[in-house]
Amino acid sequence: MSEQVIKVNHLSKAFGKHVVLRDIDFSVSTGDVTCIIGSSGSGKSTLLRCLNLLETPTTGEILYHGENIADAHTDAPAYRAKVGMVFQSFNLFNNMSVLKNCMIGQIKVMKKDAESAKASALAYLEKVGMAPYINAKPRQLSGGQKQRVAIARALAMEPEVLLFDEPTSALDPQMVGEVLDVMKQLASEGLTMIIVTHEMAFARDVSNRVVYMADGVIEESGDPAQIFTNPQNQKTKEFLSRFMRG
Amino acid sequence: MPQDFFGRIVYLIQTRGGSYVMGAVNTMIIALVSTFIGCVIGFAVGIVQTIPIEKKDHVVKKAVLHAVRFILGAYVEIFRGTPMMAQAMFIYFGSSAVFGINMSMWFAAFFIVSINTGAYMAETVRGGILSIDPGQTEGAKAIGMTHVQTMLYVILPQALRNIMPQIGNNLIINIKDTCVLSVIGIVELFYATKSVAGALYTYFESFAIAMVIYFILTFTCSRLLRLWEKKMDGNDNYDLATTDTLTHTSGLYSYKEKKKEEDE
Ligand SMILES: Nc1ncnc2c1ncn2[C@@H]1O[C@H](COP(=O)(O)OP(=O)(O)OP(=O)(O)O)[C@@H](O)[C@H]1O
Ligand SMILES: [Mg+2]
Repeated sequence: MSEQVIKVNHLSKAFGKHVVLRDIDFSVSTGDVTCIIGSSGSGKSTLLRCLNLLETPTTGEILYHGENIADAHTDAPAYRAKVGMVFQSFNLFNNMSVLKNCMIGQIKVMKKDAESAKASALAYLEKVGMAPYINAKPRQLSGGQKQRVAIARALAMEPEVLLFDEPTSALDPQMVGEVLDVMKQLASEGLTMIIVTHEMAFARDVSNRVVYMADGVIEESGDPAQIFTNPQNQKTKEFLSRFMRG
Repeated sequence: MPQDFFGRIVYLIQTRGGSYVMGAVNTMIIALVSTFIGCVIGFAVGIVQTIPIEKKDHVVKKAVLHAVRFILGAYVEIFRGTPMMAQAMFIYFGSSAVFGINMSMWFAAFFIVSINTGAYMAETVRGGILSIDPGQTEGAKAIGMTHVQTMLYVILPQALRNIMPQIGNNLIINIKDTCVLSVIGIVELFYATKSVAGALYTYFESFAIAMVIYFILTFTCSRLLRLWEKKMDGNDNYDLATTDTLTHTSGLYSYKEKKKEEDE
């Protein structure tokens, strides 16, 4: 039995009067690959951003190894160094080369020396197939290349959990594959991942759990085979049939 | 003294060249030092103005931040909204009349120009910081960087690059505007020129020389800054770190049109 890393209890989030997440319960164990699916505006990004403390939950707990990190006393930067995030819009540092992008966090946050930071940055860039581009600036890369660098940057922090918010949604179709391939490889290596995605085939084939959200509520969650072939919830059925039709 | 225009110019340069050089040197010292200090002030104020105030922050921190912002806002508005020449008179003569402080002329000069530049730069820096897309801030947060680290390594270097043209603009304005300091007795280029003109009754020729000097100073500075900007931008191409020559052809193009979007 693998260890529980993140456990969310009764999490709610409101922006002013607008309630975006309602009473979310959810947990992730080491090695889990969880895909969160759902229509636009259902609160998937907000949930992920809460998990990374980019948003502060209104009520509820987020337990990280049993410790509630959703209260005000948490050292958010230290926590984020362990729970990384990859964004739809890449969010690379435009003033730094590819290599520097992958080194800065190791040096400034993990306090590694430049040499070992460089060595591990190179190793992760190699892994995502971006090693030849270490001297390039983000503006000189294609979307798929940027996203692979962003993944390498996140991996270089040696995170325990990696969150992905629609990592392929901003990419041209021919670049989606190269990013998904990297993520597939990470999954097979046992990295714990929570992935918000509209790539249903990826969710079905790679994840070991699928969470379907609608209107700020988790409507259904479970084994991908079951969710995709035999959804129990009416909303899940409708969502999936819309998606499968195209 | 020669009677023709060019003869007089040559004569002035030969006999009073030292005054012009002195004046120009003083002008440049005040302009450069004050632009630098002004930028430091501008960055400090701009950074404070953009510190995010979050709901969960302590009440005291919020109150202090709001108070400091109000004061800084007032500083910016007052110094931008009144003429520097009036400020120079008011501060230099007022400080001794009202507070009994005897500022040295030079201190007053640096103070007045710096504080004015700071007021303008504060807004520029604030804009420069806000122009960097918040995604990069989130990217930095997501790898565990603190607000200060994010500012220092990600946001400010880009903001600085983006506002370089404005810094250059301010330097050029300062080179020209130091002439208002002649009202408190600083012997900068304008003062020096006026003295020569008055003593020899050669207003036209004296100011012709001054105009040329001012232009050379401003033009040189603007070109040098342009070069510096180019240098900050770095190379437009990059070398693929590989020995596999096949990949060279596929990797060497840069995405120019995307660059434009990101710079905005
Ligand atoms: N900072 C914010 N302030 C106010 N409302 C917000 C904010 N962020 C998100 N929302 C609202 O929360 C709701 C859920 O947004 P969220 O981005 O989490 O949806 P999503 O499921 O990720 O959608 P998509 O698939 O389009 O990315 C939306 O109605 C959105 O308008
Ligand atoms: Mg989203």
